[in-house]
Amino acid sequence: MLGLNKKDTNLLIIVAIMTMLAPFLLNPFPEGSALAQFNAGYPDLMQRFVIFGIFAMGFNLLFGLTGYLSFGHAAFLGVGSYAAIWMMKLLTMNVIPAIIMSIVIAGLFAVVVGFISLRRSGIYFSILTLAFAQMSYALAYSVLTPITGGETGLQPKPNDPRLLDPALADGVTPRAGLFGLEMSSSTELSIGGWVFTFNAGYYVAAVVMLIAFYLSIRIFRSPFGMMLRAIKSNQQRVNYTGLNSKPYTLAVFVISGMYAGLAGGLLVAMDTQVGPERMFWTASGEVVIMTILGGAGTLIGPVLGAGLLKYMENILSKINKGVIEGWFAWAPDGLDSVLIYTVNMFVGKQWHITTGVIFMLVIIFLPGGLVELGKRGARVFRRRDRKGLGLEPDAAKQRNAAE
Amino acid sequence: MGILEVKDVGKRFGGLQALSNVNLSVKENSVHAIIGPNGAGKSTLLNCFVGKLIPDTGSVLFEGQSLLGRKPHEINQMGVSRVFQTPEIFGDLSVMENMLIPCFAKRDGSFELNAYGSVASQRDVQDRAEQMLIDMNMIDKREEHAAALSRGDKRRLEIGMCLAQEPRLLLLDEPTAGMARADTNNTIDLLKEISDTRDITIAIIEHDMHVVFSLAQRITVLAQGTPLVEDTPDNIKGHPKVREAYLGETQVAA
Ligand SMILES: Nc1ncnc2c1ncn2[C@@H]1O[C@H](COP(=O)(O)OP(=O)(O)OP(=O)(O)O)[C@@H](O)[C@H]1O
Ligand SMILES: [Mg+2]
Repeated sequence: MLGLNKKDTNLLIIVAIMTMLAPFLLNPFPEGSALAQFNAGYPDLMQRFVIFGIFAMGFNLLFGLTGYLSFGHAAFLGVGSYAAIWMMKLLTMNVIPAIIMSIVIAGLFAVVVGFISLRRSGIYFSILTLAFAQMSYALAYSVLTPITGGETGLQPKPNDPRLLDPALADGVTPRAGLFGLEMSSSTELSIGGWVFTFNAGYYVAAVVMLIAFYLSIRIFRSPFGMMLRAIKSNQQRVNYTGLNSKPYTLAVFVISGMYAGLAGGLLVAMDTQVGPERMFWTASGEVVIMTILGGAGTLIGPVLGAGLLKYMENILSKINKGVIEGWFAWAPDGLDSVLIYTVNMFVGKQWHITTGVIFMLVIIFLPGGLVELGKRGARVFRRRDRKGLGLEPDAAKQRNAAE
Repeated sequence: MGILEVKDVGKRFGGLQALSNVNLSVKENSVHAIIGPNGAGKSTLLNCFVGKLIPDTGSVLFEGQSLLGRKPHEINQMGVSRVFQTPEIFGDLSVMENMLIPCFAKRDGSFELNAYGSVASQRDVQDRAEQMLIDMNMIDKREEHAAALSRGDKRRLEIGMCLAQEPRLLLLDEPTAGMARADTNNTIDLLKEISDTRDITIAIIEHDMHVVFSLAQRITVLAQGTPLVEDTPDNIKGHPKVREAYLGETQVAA
């Protein structure tokens, strides 16, 4: 279907169903229960899941396929955001021109950065990209203040030109929308103790994410994608096979930068403001962690990694000492303070520690990331299944026949 | 004039004159062997043909066109393929993918941004790669990880990948080094068949005299960066200068 093989089609369908049902799936706990704080089904976080999913997906096209580790990808996200906000200031609050422009400008910027950085490989490439990103960050803060708004950043203001939009009534603030549908509008559905929120912005971002995911599958399965994996495997052989590796790496670098720009544009579409911190090197590091956490070089891994990291950032960080004290109220004196102290080290402001520990565990025990965890799980499951029924030889035979 | 004409080539590495006054003419559709002791400059000479090194002096002409200053991929697209001293294949890819890549390079040239169509749907390239694997006797290994192949199979695959590009000139750098006897004999048969059935010129560097004398029509002996003699295998075998410089210290028996 859609030019994909059966396995990829199934993957796309599963991802589509999950994203469409996310408001239900991410809100498993009834409102007001002790576990409700672990619910992730609120618009702001769901939007982040899919937007950073796109960012990681694009990063993975470069890193996962070619092995070129960019350490400055947040620069493209930031440039995309600035481009989007300027479209909203100059043209219209409709998100479509903003999103298109964020992709175009980030792509052009990636041509320049890629052309220079790709003269080197390995650690030197990483450092060049990092240097570009930090330079962009510094420029956004200083010299480029007229374009970037410096430290305060930019927002659409009531008195911006906005050539295509009718003038706003007095006291009305400009809001991003899609032909009249406001990004921030939501519908709530209450069933029993549960409350599910369906947000317009989330669904717009989710549809864009599905398109980006579909394109990423196409790139993975294309001759171009195969050449990129060949470059990762043995660049010398690529060159001595009559292939010019330069344009291949530059092309994927630009595509990857366009994905990042798209993510930046969507961030602005959801929350109409931008500041230079978006381009800080920690933001570039974050996408590296997401991709590796989920499984670099796999299709779905980066999206899962982005989800996991954003979940921890938003949920773990909300758990404060008071909440933990509630959890351990049952424990005898002495023990409870030990437990509270221990758990407190990993939540609240210290959520980075949890991320760090998980990241280390993944690198050491699961170099293939969450996707590898899933694969191993499936294998164990299948094996037990067969043993339990005493069907091992039959199952093997069937498999061979099927192949 | 030969398909490959090397004139007065010299190459210096710091204080070491690796090549000097190398003159060589490789006749079209022949098998030409280059032999010589370790460090004689054989690999360096090949590097000058494929764009890995640029000689300090002299010229290298392939089918009348200079190769100097061209990039490796340009030289390859002109019809020169090279098999390396240690097999250079795509270890992370499957055997079939290894074969698909040169087939794409042959069809699409040095760059083609085909990021939307699937590899599986390119029937012509798929069929070609499959046929090459059949010819190479490797079709049963098509889904295997190339890194997991035996050394002999890796070498076979690399030769197959070069042949898939239908090169006019195939350069081989010690293709049988480190191979078991059986694998070596297979490789000899393979190269003989290629040379007999295809419109191809082969230049081969080899230490194993059995391989050299089984295949070559001409032999150039290189010593300390300079050709000592160039002649037919029969004449080389009895040449006193060659015995002294080279054969004396390696296996002549073969
Ligand atoms: N890139 C380089 N830089 C410096 N010296 C080099 C370089 N490449 C080769 N050499 C030197 O040039 C000389 C010739 O090396 P080359 O590899 O061409 O020999 P060879 O005939 O292929 O030997 P072998 O039979 O061992 O493969 C050697 O002394 C080697 O150390
Ligand atoms: Mg050598």
